[in-house]
Amino acid sequence: MKIMGSEEIKRTLLKLTSNFLKKNKSLDEVVIIGIQRRGATLASRISEIIKSLKGKKLPVGTLDITLYRDDLSRISYQPIIRSTDIPFSIDDKHLLLVDDVLYSGRTVRAALDALLDHGRPKKIELLVFVDRSHRELPIQADYVGKKIMSLPGQIVEVKLKEMDEKEEVVILEKKKDEI
Amino acid sequence: MKFEKKDLLDLKSLSVDEINLILDTAKSFHEILERPIKKVPTLRGKTVANLFFEPSTRTKLSFELSVKRLNADLINFSSSTSSVLKGESLIDTARNIMSMKVDALIVRHSSAGAAHILARELPISVINAGDGAHEHPTQGLLDLYSIKEKKGKIASLNVAIIGDIMHSRVARSDIWGLSKLGAKVKVCGPPTLIPKDIEKMGVKVTYFIEEALSGCDVVIMLRLQRERQKTAFISTIEEYREFFALSEEKLKLAKPDAIIMHPGPVNRGVELPVALADSSRSIILEQVTNGIAVRMAVIYLLLT
Repeated sequence: MKIMGSEEIKRTLLKLTSNFLKKNKSLDEVVIIGIQRRGATLASRISEIIKSLKGKKLPVGTLDITLYRDDLSRISYQPIIRSTDIPFSIDDKHLLLVDDVLYSGRTVRAALDALLDHGRPKKIELLVFVDRSHRELPIQADYVGKKIMSLPGQIVEVKLKEMDEKEEVVILEKKKDEI
Repeated sequence: MKFEKKDLLDLKSLSVDEINLILDTAKSFHEILERPIKKVPTLRGKTVANLFFEPSTRTKLSFELSVKRLNADLINFSSSTSSVLKGESLIDTARNIMSMKVDALIVRHSSAGAAHILARELPISVINAGDGAHEHPTQGLLDLYSIKEKKGKIASLNVAIIGDIMHSRVARSDIWGLSKLGAKVKVCGPPTLIPKDIEKMGVKVTYFIEEALSGCDVVIMLRLQRERQKTAFISTIEEYREFFALSEEKLKLAKPDAIIMHPGPVNRGVELPVALADSSRSIILEQVTNGIAVRMAVIYLLLT
């Protein structure tokens, strides 16, 4: 079931970015890091929006959390390890962590552990495009694009044209074997 | 894609897809080595044993570090301080170590096939860290990785492997890997040190270093294994150096951007003059760094 189209995705991203800008008047210490893969795409889009609104290009990095997952020995497939590319220091920075869907909270837990191996940011905030609830860990986002009511077995997918050739958010009934 | 094999024993039996999966995974691990905290929690709770029945500096340390970077525990075994001296067999030694609840064995042995025997007999993962003159798969993989990193590809490159081909397990792993990925390989050395029928592995053979170097993109120099030269494979070291060592002059025959590789340990001044070993064209030390990324990838793929 499609719940968002490309226009709404665009508007939501703009809203998310301006919420972040409203709360943070100074961007001096801000860096953006997106979780592979769709979080990374969203992070670079957000930095483009900030550039067009504020004329400032913020440092953007990507983070792969595979090696920090807590279920590596329980899953039957081997996830592809994507690149972690953080070409700047995150020490004492205000770090905006970006992901597409917030669900159990386990990805964010892994991301926080991974980030702390790269340095010690002054503050980490979490921005997610979709919050579908059913948390298994005490983790909440600071900026949420859209809250979605979903059932635990369902799949919520954010599709972005950079990798999916489509722009939409969908809820699928079946469990996929690979994420 | 999942790496389905239980063990890493040789490059001969790996598919192109499996080799590429290891090389791609290694690329992700390379980044970890540049971090302030060079460690990931991935293999927490796993235990790996290093079983070295032959001396080694690089390979042993490299495996040790790779295991530790992945947060697994490591135990070290070396035959010179073990019950092997009391006559315990290879399989018994390995079975006993496995009974200590070890998840993988890394095996270096002077007999070809030693790792294969253990892989067949034991249910846990076995990684061949060099077996006799047979294969040294992680060295082969790190050579492929290093070439790909420098040249951007492997297919259609001209690669010369020069030196003691006969006793070199590195040469055999390199030849399998390079040919599978589409490189053109020439091997060169004195006739006494080129194994009969090596052409069947898909390589060209030459006894003249000039011919091997001509137009090549990659030069892999092998160590003259002096401990194995007691029976007359070569007349004198001096003569070997004259005909089969690399020199600035001979290197001019290779492409201007050709790189020099060596699996180590280097006999400085024998197969490779000091100036070339330390020159900007040599990637010998980068090979050592890449070795950790590649071994991390192998251990990760086998143990998850």
